Amino acid sequence: MSSRYFGARIRRNEDESLLTGRATFVDDVQIPGTLHAAFVRSDLAHGHLRGVDAAAALERPGVIGVFTAADLGEYWQPGPLLVPPAPIEGLTFHARTQVPLAREKVRHVGEPIAVVVAESRYVAEDAVEDVIVDLEPLDAVADLRAALAEGAPVIHEELGSNLAAHAVQTKGDYDAARATAGLVLGRDFTYDRGVSAAMENRGVLAQWDERSGQLTVWDTTQAPIPIRNGLASMLGLSESQVRVVAPFIGGGFGPKIMMFYPDEVLIPWISMRLGRPVKWIEDRFENFFSTTQERGQLHEAEIALSSDGRILGVKDMFLHDTGAYNPYGLTLPINTQCTLLGPYNVPNYYSEFRVAFTNRPIVTPIRGAGRQQGVFIMERLLDLAARELGLDRAEIRRRNFLSPDAFPHDHEILFQDFAPLVYDSGDYEPALDRAMELIGYEPDGPVPSESGGGSPAEDGTDGEDGKGPSRRERLRGTGIVSYIEGTGIGPYEGARVRVEASGKVCLVTGVGTQGQGHFTSFAQIVADQLGVGVTDVRVVTGDTREFHWGTGTFASRGAVVAGNACHAAAVAVREKILGKASEILEVAEEDLKLTEGVVRVQGAPDLSIGLGELALRSNPLRGAVEPGTEPGLEATAYFGPRRGATASGVHAMVVSVDPETAMVEIERYVVVHDCGRVINPLIVEGQIHGGVAHGIGNAFYEELDCDSEGQLHNASFMDYLLPTATDVPPIRTAHIETPSPLNPLGIKGVGEAGAIPVAALFAQAVEDALKEWAPGLEVRDIPLSPNRLFALIEKTRAGGGEEGA
Amino acid sequence: MDATQAVAIRVTVNGERYERSVEPRLLLSDFLRQELSLSGTHVGCEHGVCGACTILLDGQPVRACLVFAVQADGSSIGTVEGLERDDGLHPLQAAFKEAHGLQCGFCTPGILMTMVAFLDEVPDPTELQVREALSGNLCRCTGYQKIVEAVEAAAADLGGSP
Repeated sequence: MSSRYFGARIRRNEDESLLTGRATFVDDVQIPGTLHAAFVRSDLAHGHLRGVDAAAALERPGVIGVFTAADLGEYWQPGPLLVPPAPIEGLTFHARTQVPLAREKVRHVGEPIAVVVAESRYVAEDAVEDVIVDLEPLDAVADLRAALAEGAPVIHEELGSNLAAHAVQTKGDYDAARATAGLVLGRDFTYDRGVSAAMENRGVLAQWDERSGQLTVWDTTQAPIPIRNGLASMLGLSESQVRVVAPFIGGGFGPKIMMFYPDEVLIPWISMRLGRPVKWIEDRFENFFSTTQERGQLHEAEIALSSDGRILGVKDMFLHDTGAYNPYGLTLPINTQCTLLGPYNVPNYYSEFRVAFTNRPIVTPIRGAGRQQGVFIMERLLDLAARELGLDRAEIRRRNFLSPDAFPHDHEILFQDFAPLVYDSGDYEPALDRAMELIGYEPDGPVPSESGGGSPAEDGTDGEDGKGPSRRERLRGTGIVSYIEGTGIGPYEGARVRVEASGKVCLVTGVGTQGQGHFTSFAQIVADQLGVGVTDVRVVTGDTREFHWGTGTFASRGAVVAGNACHAAAVAVREKILGKASEILEVAEEDLKLTEGVVRVQGAPDLSIGLGELALRSNPLRGAVEPGTEPGLEATAYFGPRRGATASGVHAMVVSVDPETAMVEIERYVVVHDCGRVINPLIVEGQIHGGVAHGIGNAFYEELDCDSEGQLHNASFMDYLLPTATDVPPIRTAHIETPSPLNPLGIKGVGEAGAIPVAALFAQAVEDALKEWAPGLEVRDIPLSPNRLFALIEKTRAGGGEEGA
Repeated sequence: MDATQAVAIRVTVNGERYERSVEPRLLLSDFLRQELSLSGTHVGCEHGVCGACTILLDGQPVRACLVFAVQADGSSIGTVEGLERDDGLHPLQAAFKEAHGLQCGFCTPGILMTMVAFLDEVPDPTELQVREALSGNLCRCTGYQKIVEAVEAAAADLGGSP
């Protein structure tokens, strides 16, 4: 096969509709007669719900109905456990999933209590204020450690404590390895929560058509097919009566795949009950409570090394905050547990986690999904160990990399997909070398004695204005970290490819798309097989009427799993094309060439047939279709990998720190990554850039300011800081390619890669910059912020460095 | 005044004149999206920070979620739907496609409108000027780099650069 498009920097098919404002997002769907919903939400993080009085709301003109848990009857059910726990030996696991509307208790601020439906959103919001909620306050517990302490308020009383899960995974014998170590280093680390902050909030529009018995739901979901299947089951409808459309989605990042949010359950039900279309669009304030969050963990970690810096073993015990409910099972802590091992040979590993319920919004994966925390722990341990051993930071990583001939490498523990954690392929040293070269890494040597810290930043790098004294005092530091990412897990995705009578191609797949460029990268894969242009392939995705099977877009799996399904379907159609052309042209298939939408006979330029004509003749109106054959130039194919493909990378950056104000500026940023074979470098770069920006936010800007009562104090973009164009530096990327042997196209996922190692990198670079100004300073808490860093610098300089951040 | 008492307003949007009767509390963003079905203007935060709803109000970039429709009475408004030219995409739109300056595309209309006004004012910007001008618009997908490249390319294409 020719691969004219695979690997090329193709401009995106979807851009024109997005750039002109024509692309349809959920809130852009307008149906005459639509009612609008608004939620009455809990003001308290924990309380008994004694009653809801909606009388005043119902009297307000324009209000059509107010629904509480009692109104739902049998329809009121806790949501499904989306991901059952992996079969880890000795596991404790208690599932407590979210409910459509609170019934006896509220368990986090923002938990929905009632839903008001009115002729306009303005009126619905007015009426929300009319609803009187009688809540008896209970002591709340928002802090992860406090949640598991003796005597803590219990969130799900029948469990007797807030312990949601406890699991241990081990490899080898850590204690024995520790006994032989040249250095044992232990530290505590914190990684705090953030929000996903997709620019589009969530939303659901449901339309029940009584006459046709059809329910159509437009949903900002990353998983339209599972939503369709679940809704049909809950509502007692056939799957063929429910159509879920995930049109253009304004960013997903994980929280848009959470079966089911209360609103996803309620809005279709209300539409059926009232016989009118009903729309709910989340506002940004709600998003800080009603959309899932991630990353709260506390770690006590220890690393044992030989005196020459080889890892003998790692022990990590951590607490994971799942919020008020745990529909995602153990996906996140297992990702942390597995990703901690990184690209390294870790012969002995003891990893134990406890998951706690807290009175905070639900925790489910956000871009990186538990991996950030694992990478942070391992990379920090290696940095601190290198410091103790007098080793260069890049060198300690190099010494511990798995060698290129170590694959497949079995880590002997279970991954989130229940499969053993086995790396498929990789080659880590070239990535490290390339990153060192691109960032201009100087091995750690003696600290220059004449300067105030790391290397002083050069004069004038900020232009003429930047030559003031404060500029000269900025201290420069370099960081370099590595990581792996398990991507592209199963179970499967499917695709259908069809050549139409126009000669153009229609490609349908079930995964939703949230900006990843599927309309283009999938088209590239198919165009190569069918000898058509990328713009000749119309990609349809995210509409359950078009494709029946599939799971969704998560775990950096779209390109790997759906991409290979597209490839398989296109290969099958190509065979049909050549078979049919061979029959019509009476020429052996080997002598046919498929290019520019035409099948030609090699050596006989006059003999040819276009794809459109072939499509027509494959679907005749008269005559016979051969027994055992199918009409049309169409094929459906599925792809399910045995296990995930392991992507990897090295990130490096140069920062300058103003030691007086603790402001950090990222001067340069380099990403060298391996996502196997690259379909479209332009799109891959974009994915990485966005991930890095997200990681920078997590590392230095984004912090949920939640008090001990579970009240959030910064639920707006005024107060929760997302990185802006002046906070994110230019990012230089380079590719290393170790194809995955687990799929025919050799692809590994890339959607989350950029975000994963940023906090670890940030910590190291800042420490490097401050190594003389505040010797012994250790960054052990994320997010860091100018305020926190300032306090840490002061404390370290006053002699409290051992306490860390 | 009764907050729900409708008020008649006249606006010109993308060169077309509209007369509507609206509640005084109706946001301009909702007016454009719901009353005029111009849904290219997106709403990301409703408190004036994210910039997704940026439109041109009498030529100035303005957050449509911070303006009531009645305040726009008598004004001329430009939205993303009015950017395209007879011969195709506006050079800024084309540059965004060329540079891969958008991913999910939700923030894009607001960024385009902000940058159209910016390039009018600063036809030949430095990278830092572009970044500063962009810093009032949030994007979660791109990391901004390719947006910056797109704006720089559009500036050159629009004749700002020698």
